[in-house]
Amino acid sequence: MYTILKKQELNPTVTRMVIEAPEIAAKAKPGQFILLIVREGGERIPLTIADHDRKAGTVTIIFQIVGATTRLLNAMNEGESLYAFVGPMGKPTAIEGLRKVAVVGGGVGCAIAYPVAKELHEQGCVVHSIVGFRTKDLVILEDEFAACSDKVAAMSDDGTYGTKGLVTDALRNLIESGEKYDEVIAIGPLIMMKFVCKLTKEYGIKTVISMNPIMIDGTGMCGCCRLTVGGETKFACVDGPDFDGHQVDFDETMERARQYKDFERARDEHVCNLLKGAN
Amino acid sequence: MPNMDPKKCPMPAQEPQVRAHNFDEVTLGYTPEMAVNEAKRCLNCPTHPCTGGCPVAIKIPQFIKHVAEGDFEEAHQVIAQDSALPAVCGRVCPQESQCEKYCVRGIKGEPVGIGRLERFVADWHRAHSAEKAKAAPHNGHRVAVVGSGPSGLTCAGDLARMGYSVTIFEALHVAGGVLMYGIPEFRLPKAIVQKEIDGLREMGVDVRTNMVVGRVESVDELFEQGYEAVFIGTGAGLPSFMKIPGENFKGVYSANEFLTRVNLMKAYREDADTPVQHARRVAVVGGGNVAMDAARCALRLGAEEVSIVYRRSREEMPARIEEVEHAEEEGVQFHLLVAPLEILGDEHKNVTGMRCQRMELGAPDEKGRRRPVPIPGDEYTMDVDCVVIAIGTTPNPLIRSTTKGLDTQKWGGIIADDDGLTSRQGVYAGGDAVTGAATVILAMGAGKKAATAIDKYIRSK
Repeated sequence: MYTILKKQELNPTVTRMVIEAPEIAAKAKPGQFILLIVREGGERIPLTIADHDRKAGTVTIIFQIVGATTRLLNAMNEGESLYAFVGPMGKPTAIEGLRKVAVVGGGVGCAIAYPVAKELHEQGCVVHSIVGFRTKDLVILEDEFAACSDKVAAMSDDGTYGTKGLVTDALRNLIESGEKYDEVIAIGPLIMMKFVCKLTKEYGIKTVISMNPIMIDGTGMCGCCRLTVGGETKFACVDGPDFDGHQVDFDETMERARQYKDFERARDEHVCNLLKGAN
Repeated sequence: MPNMDPKKCPMPAQEPQVRAHNFDEVTLGYTPEMAVNEAKRCLNCPTHPCTGGCPVAIKIPQFIKHVAEGDFEEAHQVIAQDSALPAVCGRVCPQESQCEKYCVRGIKGEPVGIGRLERFVADWHRAHSAEKAKAAPHNGHRVAVVGSGPSGLTCAGDLARMGYSVTIFEALHVAGGVLMYGIPEFRLPKAIVQKEIDGLREMGVDVRTNMVVGRVESVDELFEQGYEAVFIGTGAGLPSFMKIPGENFKGVYSANEFLTRVNLMKAYREDADTPVQHARRVAVVGGGNVAMDAARCALRLGAEEVSIVYRRSREEMPARIEEVEHAEEEGVQFHLLVAPLEILGDEHKNVTGMRCQRMELGAPDEKGRRRPVPIPGDEYTMDVDCVVIAIGTTPNPLIRSTTKGLDTQKWGGIIADDDGLTSRQGVYAGGDAVTGAATVILAMGAGKKAATAIDKYIRSK
């Protein structure tokens, strides 16, 4: 169960894994997520489903090494099994009836934006993908986005890939040049989603964002993933993970995401040393 | 000769100042001598009102008689006829409002310590019996149980004993539900729960973890797969919040989150991968068992001061008396007739305090409970860096939103009759998913009734 069938380094900090999980593969839809535990006693973390193959019974995850658990996950090899893998959780991204959409992905968020872009493309929707990375070495899914997009705007912070600048610059240019979108779907770092929403609010374009907050059970029991949307408390695990970006209190969400920073840093150092010792 | 001591034989326990700093079990259990002595306090009265007070109708005087005679295994056999989880119930049942409430000895003095005896018998059996649970001959029928908390485990156990092939679907990575994630180790050691689940497996019950029914298979698909009946025991659901300012600050937890981090994810251990805030001063809002559990966990995590904040008075507190007493002995403070108004925070939204309103009891409400009303102008601020909210839950919408024709209450609870039958043929439900947050034993009672009804339903098909 939950065997890693394929492992591939997309860039030095981002890895793709194909996991054997037939029950989840049979039901997964773009926008949904899984929760996993690497080894017994480990932390439960949510990861959005990057792809699935119903026939093969597999689910693909793409993750960035950001802390102890993702570091441990990255240390797992093909043929090894994860301790727990559960899903598909959350509501699928609502894409029915959309005719023209700008899909904005930032960094590893592109891994989550891609299946949405692909699904939109398959239902005949015009897709403009705006992807942003810090630098060229961190670029992922370039060919995949090209294959499912009518237009791709590639951005990087340092100008080593595509155009130098932020995804919001590219989005503003597209809107200003007369592109009319039914919706913008933005997935990436909280700060990026916040500024995409600020921009689209100016133009009155509906914007959907995907949240990936800290979770424990992820099944609607603990309330850890709560956020304020339109002045109300919502749970990302059962009410989301997609929300109307213009209603989300990003500042609160960003603070909540930092709640265990010190613990996480110490834990990561500890795991890092352990893994070094093992090699 | 009966033992006419008006008081129960005291329960040995870790000293309060010692146990407030460890997660080991608080009470240590009777020795065989203590158990025999306490059992002799039972008059074996002809009406045995205690049994009527037990939600699963354990033959209480009968098992106690065996204890008095020193035949502990026989006592266990009597309990096992009616209860699947005696080691659990002996520890967490609110005996004072059930069996012991009706004990004749309670009229002049303390009732017989029925719960303590039940625990003793279950623990004795566990320590001394090597006998494995046997699988009953298979009757060719399959039943699915959704959720592995007390109602699901009981329902599955009873059906397996009748010969059904039972599959339990559990969303989390371990089975046991609230017994694993909610009730702390120091009140219910997890090894005991695990033993009960292992027993079910030995009886042939297939326990499938990491399976969220409603997201993977729906209830309808379970029928398509050949299950002839489905029991839903999915528990209490999403935590409620107070809807006051500051509730999403860092350092505010629902009791479910706080307890899950500590109990299920073992955040109290040095080497745990899952963090929990080690707060200095903690306020726990609520007056039930869950609130007591959270307060006592906070103490054990090293908090200097832990307070229960409850808007009514002590008499209205729904927690078991023993839990309140234990919490108090360990140093938990009680702010009674107090309601939170606002959680205060710094510029990074870390909790720095909680503004509270003093209350008084006003006129009784429709249930006869005196309603707390604010005393105008009587407010104060508590200096806390962590707030745990333990004011209840609302049902998880997942099953009801993915099961056509399943009627629910306005507040979301699944509607089921006394046998647990829902509005859907072959679909039964019980426990907190039906009643809203209640007790382990009531959930077990519901699981038991549903198992009987499911058996009858399948045999009549």
